[in-house]
Amino acid sequence: MSQSPNNVLTVRGLRVAAPNGAILVDGIDVDLAPGEVLGLIGESGAGKSTIGLAAMGYGRGGCRIIGGSIEIGGTSLMDGSRASREAMRGARIAYVAQSAAAAFNPAIRIGEQIIEGALYHGKMSRPEAEAWKLELLKTLQLPNPETFGERYPHQVSGGQLQRAMVAMAMSCRPDIIVLDEPTTALDVTTQIEVLALLRSLIQRYNTSALYITHDLAVVAQIANRIMVLRHGKLVEEGTAEQVLEAPRDDYTRMLVAERRGNLVGEASDRQIGDVLLDVSGVHAYYGKTAVLDDISCTLRRGETLAVVGESGSGKSTLARAIAGLMPTSAGMISFDGRRLDRSYKQRTREELRRIQLVYQLPDVALNPRQTVGEIIGRPMKFYFGMYDVPKEKAVARLLDLIGLPQDFAGRLPGALSGGQKQRVCIARALAAKPDLIICDEVTSALDPLVAEDILRLLKSLQRELGLSYLFITHDLGVVRRLADRTVVMQRGRIVEQGPTAEIFQPPFHPYTEELVTSVPELRRDWLDDVLAKRQITA
Amino acid sequence: MIQLILKRVALGILTLLLVSALIFAGTQLLPGDVASAILGQNATPESLAALRQDLGLDLPAWQRYLSWLHGFVTGDLGMSLANRQPVADLLWPRFGNTMALAAYAAVVSVPIAVLLGLAAAVRRGSLFDRTINIVALAFVSLPEYFLGLLLILFLSVQFNLLPSLADTYAGMSFPDWLRATTLPALTLVLVTVAQMMRMTRTAVLSVMDQAYVETAFLKGLRTRRVVLRHALPNAAAPIVNVVAFNVAYLITGVVLVEAIFNYNGLGRFMVDAVAKRDLPLVQAAAMVFGAAYVILNSIADIVAIALNPRLRHPR
Amino acid sequence: MTSKLKAIPFSAWLGLVIVTLNLLVFVFGPMLAPYGQNEIVGAPFDPPSAQFWFGLDQNGRDMASRLLAGAQMSIGVSLAASLISFCIGIPMGFIAALFGGWVDTVLSRIVDTVMCIPVLISALVVLQALGSSVPVLIFTIALLDSTRVFRLARVVAQGISVLEYAETARLRGESLGWLITREILPNALPPLIAEFGMRFCFTFLFVAGLSFLGLGIQPPFADWGGMVKDNQQAILYGLYAPLFPAAAIALLTIGVNLVVDWLLSSGGTTQGADR
Repeated sequence: MSQSPNNVLTVRGLRVAAPNGAILVDGIDVDLAPGEVLGLIGESGAGKSTIGLAAMGYGRGGCRIIGGSIEIGGTSLMDGSRASREAMRGARIAYVAQSAAAAFNPAIRIGEQIIEGALYHGKMSRPEAEAWKLELLKTLQLPNPETFGERYPHQVSGGQLQRAMVAMAMSCRPDIIVLDEPTTALDVTTQIEVLALLRSLIQRYNTSALYITHDLAVVAQIANRIMVLRHGKLVEEGTAEQVLEAPRDDYTRMLVAERRGNLVGEASDRQIGDVLLDVSGVHAYYGKTAVLDDISCTLRRGETLAVVGESGSGKSTLARAIAGLMPTSAGMISFDGRRLDRSYKQRTREELRRIQLVYQLPDVALNPRQTVGEIIGRPMKFYFGMYDVPKEKAVARLLDLIGLPQDFAGRLPGALSGGQKQRVCIARALAAKPDLIICDEVTSALDPLVAEDILRLLKSLQRELGLSYLFITHDLGVVRRLADRTVVMQRGRIVEQGPTAEIFQPPFHPYTEELVTSVPELRRDWLDDVLAKRQITA
Repeated sequence: MIQLILKRVALGILTLLLVSALIFAGTQLLPGDVASAILGQNATPESLAALRQDLGLDLPAWQRYLSWLHGFVTGDLGMSLANRQPVADLLWPRFGNTMALAAYAAVVSVPIAVLLGLAAAVRRGSLFDRTINIVALAFVSLPEYFLGLLLILFLSVQFNLLPSLADTYAGMSFPDWLRATTLPALTLVLVTVAQMMRMTRTAVLSVMDQAYVETAFLKGLRTRRVVLRHALPNAAAPIVNVVAFNVAYLITGVVLVEAIFNYNGLGRFMVDAVAKRDLPLVQAAAMVFGAAYVILNSIADIVAIALNPRLRHPR
Repeated sequence: MTSKLKAIPFSAWLGLVIVTLNLLVFVFGPMLAPYGQNEIVGAPFDPPSAQFWFGLDQNGRDMASRLLAGAQMSIGVSLAASLISFCIGIPMGFIAALFGGWVDTVLSRIVDTVMCIPVLISALVVLQALGSSVPVLIFTIALLDSTRVFRLARVVAQGISVLEYAETARLRGESLGWLITREILPNALPPLIAEFGMRFCFTFLFVAGLSFLGLGIQPPFADWGGMVKDNQQAILYGLYAPLFPAAAIALLTIGVNLVVDWLLSSGGTTQGADR
């Protein structure tokens, strides 16, 4: 790769080591031209954030740059003194973190934090910095830009804070801005706003950017070039079109196929039976605020019902109400024709057995001091009185079923990967031979390809065992591929429900339409299309 | 925020009441009663009855508690059983002595400990940090009398720099007082600095691990500016709590130090009273110590509330 | 396993050696003592010699023998007090955490109030009322100290019982016994063990301190804190006599603290991984 003379950022042979000596980034080259946006794509552990921080000469949590060179606008970052590195940071290369809520100092006004860098580096006088801040806040469409800076971070919303973080990064008019998953923590409807603002800002000031994300569709909207990373190494690099349309490497091809939603097959013919779960007129409150407001829905035997919504929609609360963990104040939940008590404590052992729950975070869902065999075997002993050899055989059969080797029975959860842990959680639920499994965001904490495997497993289990699923998720892609019927929730109410195919086809309910159109697609012109369409309707 | 502070003050007063009830209950644990304990062997039934009435022991416990509490609030702490003098006259001068010694130690130890803790936290993992941690760990483990005796051995017996006994009297000049109390104060400083420094370091480290500190570094700010402008305002409240905890410890830790140096303070006074089983004295001294402790903790909490930006600037 | 042993830092090794030695002295001390603890073998404050390693005390008794014999009282009383405080504090803490509601409120309020009074002051009040004897010492300290154990046990149990694996067990219909013994206790053990070390240190220093004040373990039993008190005046003549028992106290505390420090730092990382 030849080095272009007018690069704003040139990285050669970058190597970064963790405090324990593990190599996190191994021999990476980065070239960034003025005004160019380079997308860094990869799953967790790919080293993409580490590269972004290393480009600023910074190692998080004791990570060290152990090899390679970094040049910003022709000045070497690593050869100079610490002071020269600090003079570069913030001034010529700036950083936007995933969680602005944590990245803003709670004790200082937002405006002060935005202009602090510009004043500290002596780039502007205070009036200049104030004027520039105002321009940025206006460009980023923050409400009341004149007074916005007087507020404290906890006084504004997450989406606004994320935009303020961009303003803070731009305070010194840097050449390069490192965007580290800047929209990942946001709801889809907020994500699209921030994404559009980011793109126009970068174009307007001709800023170069490293855009770090795990979401191919997001990067497709904003990047000129894409680098795909895995385990700290480069998988492939090319223009955005080439990587997305014609990926050369198998790994990239898998990522793209997963994002297009091609992997899980279409719904097969299954036997759908009579009503298994009937929720009618359920209300629930946290203190005085209603978190569930008149919820009614049904789930049939052998069916998958998805509940979708953004954070705060009450979808997880509904799952907990059905499980008996969240007391309801009105309404009725019936299971197989019999009314369930509102608290799990009053339910019979048989009722508890027939509804099982699988959680979002497999790390905390498994007792770290029990072996996989003990974890899966316990429901068998508890509900069916199985002991010794029959129990061990049953555990082995279940491990087979969920696709884990039988010798995993002797392992502790700490020795398992995230995907393997989630499989064990599913096996534990299956061990109770339930009729209904409530899946609460079961794939949200997993990398896309691992999540894909879990979804495939759940699908095949449903075919084999005739299970019913209640699927709680914010991911519309999962819903479309898995659910027979869908409930859309917003602020504790049901907005719309019906067969999945109908929900996701015009004519849309307005909120559903907003949700559907906000989910990024791999098409490079998707963002333009959506913005154009919204302009017309608005 | 004012509401929160008022709530905290009310809680402090309630706590004081509960503490007084607990201390009163604790002194009533004795099987039998105080009167027979005082008169001992040569008690006649008549003298016992007379003394009981004199002490109000014929009343139910809750009435005695209320009258004791009333006395305490109005400044009447009762009469000492051992020498029939008003407790208040004996107690307050010694309480003054104890507070003076504790204040002397605190004035020296708080700034040293906070600065050392801050420095160690900022240079986490450096040689300085590791050394100071090991030294602090050792000092935390040393009992007061071990340090006190070592100080006496070196500073007063071998080199004769300072007096080994902390003799103070009314009307003493300030330099003389300082000379007399430096050894006990130094002992207290050594014991508390280590603990306070370790806790300060932990408090500051938890702030230094926050994402906004990383943001500040990524803005290109120097360590000095990051610590002073971004870390300290957020670490202030936890540091205040650490300091309060250790000053409270100082006030009671004084008991042992007073015994080592024969200092005429409330701690030694209370220990003597316990040995003589002088009930009114013990009750009063315990209540004074308890009140000092509760008030100090309440002040720390109120300062912490006042320093919290989320409470200072509500949505 | 060998790699695990190698991972133990030097300071922790030192601590472990000190603690082990002290435990050996605790068990075998009186048998090893060359002289009886109250046997007068020479003139008061005879300096250390080949025969009497640590010299003689204020009554002319062998210091080394008294140190060995005194370990039984000094360590025994504090060990018993810490064990009892854990037997009270852990169950109460777990119950408060798991039942919540008014049970938790009542227990927590009582404990909060007791903790509002400095431990030394509470102990002095009780000793004033009941007089000082070994059982009174042990139970007073155990009760006062159990408030700290209660707080930790409660917080740890609360932290674990909101985790999904504990919730899964509850949703399965498991009994309280299973929840406590199988889900919570195994995961609460690391912080509780470290706390045991800290509580022992505290009670040990506390008993020694009371004895130093003359309110702890009473003669004729030898104990380290009391020995410091008895020989205190010797320091004014430049004699080391009171420093030996004081150093013995300091050494054991340092040893336990070194071990606890290591447990906490290594426990911290696994705790992080679990969450």
